[in-house]
Amino acid sequence: MRAFWLHPPGKLFFIPAFLLIGFFSIAQQPTFPVNGVADPRTGTYAFTHATIVKDGQTTLTNATLVISDGKIIAAATDAAIPKDAVVVDCSGKYIYPSFIDIYSDYGIPTPERQRGGFDFRAPAQFNTNTKGAFGWNQAIKPEVNGSKIFVVDDAKAKQLRDVGFGSVLSHQKDGIARGTGVFVTLANEKENLVIVKEKASAHYSLNKGTSTQSYPSSMMGNIALLRQTYLDAQWYKSKPASEGLNLSLQAWNDNQGLPQIFEANDKWNDLRADRIGKEFGVQYIIKGGGNEYQRIDDIAATKATFILSLNFPQAMDVEDPNDARFVSLADMKHWELAPTNAAAFEKANIPFCLTSADLKDVKEFMTNLRKAFDYGLSEGKAFEALTKTPATLLGVYDKVGSIDAGKLANFLITTGPIFNEKTAIVENWVQGDKYAVKEEEWNDVKGTYNLVINSSAGSSNYTLDVKGNSSASVIGKDTLTTKFSFDGKMVKLSFSPSSGKKPAMHDTTSQAPQGRGRFGGGMMKGGGASVLLSGVASGNMWNGNGEDTAGNRVIWSATFAKAATAMVDSAKKKPSPKVGKVLYPFDGYGWEELPKQENMLIKNATVWTNEQDGKLENTDVLIKNGKIVQIGKNLSDASAKTIDGTGKHLTAGIIDEHSHIAASSINEGAQSVTSEVRIADNLNPEDINIYRQLAGGVTSSHILHGSANTIGGQTQLIKLRWGVDDEALKFKGADGFIKFALGENVKRTTSSNNNRFPDTRMGVDQVLVDAFTRAKDYENEWKNAEANNKKKGASPTVVRRDLELDALVEILNKKRFITCHSYVQSEITDLIRVADRFNFKVNTFTHILEGYKVADKMKEHGSNASTFSDWWAYKMEVQDAIAYNASIMQRVGLNVCINSDDAEQARRLNQEAAKSVKYGGMSEEDAWKMVTLNPAKALHVNDKVGSIKVGKDADVVLWSDNPLSIYAKPLYTIVDGTVYFDTEKDEAKRKYVSEERNRLVQKLLSEKKSGGAMVPGSPSFHVILSCGDHEHHDGLITVDVSADDDNSSNK
Amino acid sequence: MKKYIILTLLIISSVFAKAQDDVYPTKDFKGKLFITNGTVHVGNGQVLENATIEVNNGKIVQVGTNVSVSQDAKVVDAKGKNVYPGLILSETDLGLKEIANGVRGSNDFLELGDLNPNIRSIVAYNSDSRIIGTLRASGILLASVTPQGGTISGSSTVVQLDAWNWEDAAYKMDNGIHLNMPTFISRPNRFASFFGLLIDRTDPTKQALEKVSELKSFFREAKAYFEEPTHKATNLKFEAVKGLFDKKQKLFVHADQVKQMLVAIDFVKEFGFDVVIVGGSESFLIADLLKQNNISVILQQMHELPATEDDDFDQPYKTPAQLQKAGVLFAINDSHDESRYRNVMFNAGTAAAYGLTKEQALQAITLNAAKILGIDDRTGSLEAGKDANIVISDGDILDMRTSIISKAFIQGREVSLDNKQTQLYERYKYKYGLK
Repeated sequence: MRAFWLHPPGKLFFIPAFLLIGFFSIAQQPTFPVNGVADPRTGTYAFTHATIVKDGQTTLTNATLVISDGKIIAAATDAAIPKDAVVVDCSGKYIYPSFIDIYSDYGIPTPERQRGGFDFRAPAQFNTNTKGAFGWNQAIKPEVNGSKIFVVDDAKAKQLRDVGFGSVLSHQKDGIARGTGVFVTLANEKENLVIVKEKASAHYSLNKGTSTQSYPSSMMGNIALLRQTYLDAQWYKSKPASEGLNLSLQAWNDNQGLPQIFEANDKWNDLRADRIGKEFGVQYIIKGGGNEYQRIDDIAATKATFILSLNFPQAMDVEDPNDARFVSLADMKHWELAPTNAAAFEKANIPFCLTSADLKDVKEFMTNLRKAFDYGLSEGKAFEALTKTPATLLGVYDKVGSIDAGKLANFLITTGPIFNEKTAIVENWVQGDKYAVKEEEWNDVKGTYNLVINSSAGSSNYTLDVKGNSSASVIGKDTLTTKFSFDGKMVKLSFSPSSGKKPAMHDTTSQAPQGRGRFGGGMMKGGGASVLLSGVASGNMWNGNGEDTAGNRVIWSATFAKAATAMVDSAKKKPSPKVGKVLYPFDGYGWEELPKQENMLIKNATVWTNEQDGKLENTDVLIKNGKIVQIGKNLSDASAKTIDGTGKHLTAGIIDEHSHIAASSINEGAQSVTSEVRIADNLNPEDINIYRQLAGGVTSSHILHGSANTIGGQTQLIKLRWGVDDEALKFKGADGFIKFALGENVKRTTSSNNNRFPDTRMGVDQVLVDAFTRAKDYENEWKNAEANNKKKGASPTVVRRDLELDALVEILNKKRFITCHSYVQSEITDLIRVADRFNFKVNTFTHILEGYKVADKMKEHGSNASTFSDWWAYKMEVQDAIAYNASIMQRVGLNVCINSDDAEQARRLNQEAAKSVKYGGMSEEDAWKMVTLNPAKALHVNDKVGSIKVGKDADVVLWSDNPLSIYAKPLYTIVDGTVYFDTEKDEAKRKYVSEERNRLVQKLLSEKKSGGAMVPGSPSFHVILSCGDHEHHDGLITVDVSADDDNSSNK
Repeated sequence: MKKYIILTLLIISSVFAKAQDDVYPTKDFKGKLFITNGTVHVGNGQVLENATIEVNNGKIVQVGTNVSVSQDAKVVDAKGKNVYPGLILSETDLGLKEIANGVRGSNDFLELGDLNPNIRSIVAYNSDSRIIGTLRASGILLASVTPQGGTISGSSTVVQLDAWNWEDAAYKMDNGIHLNMPTFISRPNRFASFFGLLIDRTDPTKQALEKVSELKSFFREAKAYFEEPTHKATNLKFEAVKGLFDKKQKLFVHADQVKQMLVAIDFVKEFGFDVVIVGGSESFLIADLLKQNNISVILQQMHELPATEDDDFDQPYKTPAQLQKAGVLFAINDSHDESRYRNVMFNAGTAAAYGLTKEQALQAITLNAAKILGIDDRTGSLEAGKDANIVISDGDILDMRTSIISKAFIQGREVSLDNKQTQLYERYKYKYGLK
């Protein structure tokens, strides 16, 4: 059934139907008065002898399409032609349903973000600026109704029509909840008539757009806001008097029945969007970002339908190696692989639509679509993605998307199969109105013509060889320099009868065999003077008037003689371009195939058990199915790969209690209490720092919210499984934690215009007391409501679910645990007292550089401590920090950890632990526990990790030396019995990075040589997130983003 | 019980005796000092087992295994210990920046203006900074105190870390002028990057080259200015760079990117300056070129992330070995703002783990640093004629397991290893009754 794509266009020459059809409007709106004389028309047309591609399945040859009143009456080989129909002979032409763009903002203005934009240091805007009975957050505007702000814009419509679109779904692309989309045709009519469906969809995104409100200021804040809004809308259905009228929530609820479209724009965001939808029983249609091929299995698992743009990255100019160095392999690979995206969807059988959105110029649409074909997308699938799929999704397939009786007369007339490179769209009919696209292509003008020019002096005959609409030559004795243009109707032709190139022009002219008389004038004036002709096409004949070289009036005609000999069909299927492989993660150091769990026997190593056995010399450890199964001497196991540990040290993997890697955002600093946000919502498993830290022996990291606010967000413990997706990165079965912070950062010490409560440690205390008081009251409200609702006949009490307070109630019920950024003794003591008052424990004080001053109080309270080894004096509150802190706290009896809080330092946590041997004389085994077993205890996962013990997870590191030594390097880093880092594999990866970079640089250079469009090779900046507490030691092209970073005065 | 009380009293008295304001600079030591029987790491690559160092009036007289010890001299037994030259911080804001953030009044490291060659760090150097004591305790005895900001920041001065005031501290005054090479990469605005707007439209190369041309004009005009002995109007900025032309000062060019360093090479070619690259993240890419042009390098921060995500994860760690192989003179520094520069020996240790020998790594924080700062005639190695700037460590100073400093000498004076941190340590050991 794909034959219709493959037929080459016939070389046919027929009456140009367009001459018969003028542009007019058939639309008449009864309510609108007519100024003048009514001109009612039915607009009945019959397009005969056409190849009609009704839809992806059915193609009719030599068929007739009948339309009237803007609708299709019939499309069949034997369709009756109404008597009042204008008949258009479409021999050789193809008729297709016009395309549908499901992701447009055609006719809808996008609000501009006020420049200056959002600044973390600027005073916060706590509430919406939107006036009226709307919701609290400016980025949630489900009340926006696309149909009410839609205005026909024919200039924009024309751009879309010219590439084949006939209708679009249009919405305002602004905010997190964006309101409803309107389905319109691209006809140049009054809005009343082009709107096909007033509310066709509801739209969402993870981008707050022009909202100036502070919250949310992070990816996880965006997600939390969506989650809370779903709950609020549900609650609002009970018409709570306390809320009054909330038009936003009302609209949100009203919109739920519509197709829900989510602009995610990136593979990870696609998954995030899909999850938030599924949480509330919503299956989003997801607008992707073009990098989905990098995780196509995950994408397929969403079961969502996708909307794909054809906006491919431009080639980068990498001629200067010093600039090229900063373009990452990942960016170069994406440039190469982006055109395979749609094909990857097709191959994985994921339904999708195509959109012209995001293209720099809509004109690129067909070019890029053909590029997608080159890279494996089938034409049939593309056709479906532009017609039936979007129409069905939006419930408008009864009106558009195929050529069937009863549907809107939205169709394209083309010169051949729609996607052929040589095919032109001649006309785009929308709602029964014709819009010319390339009418000049209606006829294939190519061929030879007999040109006769008559002047008073007689007539001259030439041959006119037309090669295209703007290329032809006049042939006398020789081929003459000729200028030619044909726009489908009017012809312009000029030529120089005496070719200027020839020196002997006199002779040539005078001896012209067909030239009688003195036509040509070259004899008088010399070479170069031109004959100028103008005319009109009429059937297979052109005629008109003009002037000869002497300025004498002439008339002329050209009669079709012979079609051009058909060109050799160059449409041979090009071989698919060779491209590199997708890596997991999509990074130079990713894997083509993920490493697998192995059974391993590490022989004859010094084993630091962290258990009663202490350090065992010349000991074997057997790992099976991801667990440590045996520790002893002379072990053997046939199924296990043997690793020689002679002279080497085997330890449990390092656990970093305080890290900010592997997430898309870290700080939601817009409010002082943001316990509703979750790091888990925005993990980034492709952070190169995962790999770098594996190379430093880290196997688990506790990813914390930043320290921008007193009650921060929920944290996520991960294992550094380099290559897996975000979900698989999580440490399964671990308790939930939450980040708190005290002191300078939360009171915004370095901001000169802070307006966010609190501004002192006195205020921080009250933020805590207030939050837990509210949480207690909230918990009681729920309990009372539940008790009431159990009573028979009681009218049910509905309590608003508040995700912020839910998390605090979890703390009160010991189901969620605090790790609190804190430095000075006053604030440490205060939090302990607040916790005492509300009867919970502060699980961990992190940073805690003055912990040594109140170690006894922390011990009594039952807290863990997680600190830096030797940091101090980087701000006022760490003036009294001492490198002996860990030693003192440990000797007082606290469970002490050493953490990184820094992507670089995390690579050397073994050395940081060793500093307590220097400062305070801690024993080596105790020092080592501070980065392994102790954090495992602090994180409640010491039953799974933290020591080398039978039954625990095989998260181990084989070191070249004593792990506390500065000379020690990990040789193997193993997580769950899977080797994620070893020196041999690393060597291979380095080689791969170098070779693959070279291949792509060469490819980009040849792209440049062949004249491809280039953009300057701009550095692939790596955004690093941090808590904003201090400076970090990042690479040259790293951008450190932290929500409350106030260090700009530094350098 | 009685014993306990006495012990407690002892601890109390030691706490009070060592209160911060009572940590005194040591008085000059006149006469002879012998450090005996240590493993002497000379700083030039040599290691002498069981060797003795003879010091007279603050200068090293001899180092060897056959040194006879005078009866009346001060003798320090270093048996079983390692003896090193005092470690050197090659570039730092020590004494200029007490509290990094949030306390503006404690900061004196960054001046307004763009071309500030006349700015001198030494005049603001706070010899009572509480950070200094923690460095001495790590074996760091000398530091090149450097101003920041602008394109030309001003002149650095090398100080010794046991002084009553800045005049006392100055070890080599105004040893070099510091220039920040304009960047050839435009870094996106951090807020813009948060919103995914990573592309900056300005052409950084063009901007950088304009700046470089401005700099060149400055130096060309300065050079011309010196041709004429008298001036109606004195130009302090020109006067401040005279030492560069006389080769009495070095030009410290702060640069990390290859293109920045290429411009620095051009400065050598045009003006004949003694150029030192400070930073040098990408110096490994052009090590041979740097060698050819006699440019030395201060590697600013060993413990940093690789420059690009495609770089080897250990690139910053192995850069020293690559420079060593090419024959480039380099020093290893510590500019870590949170641990406050006390880990220069561990930065060198990392370099030793990734390709340098331990003695080469040591040299990068002693003799090489002295050469680069222009003080190698007086310090940097344990050799006759040099100042007795000496550190005694229980074990390998480059490894935190064994880097435990028991004594340090500056110009022969045994300096206090007490500091604010050791005092707080004692204070809270007392609180909890810890030994």
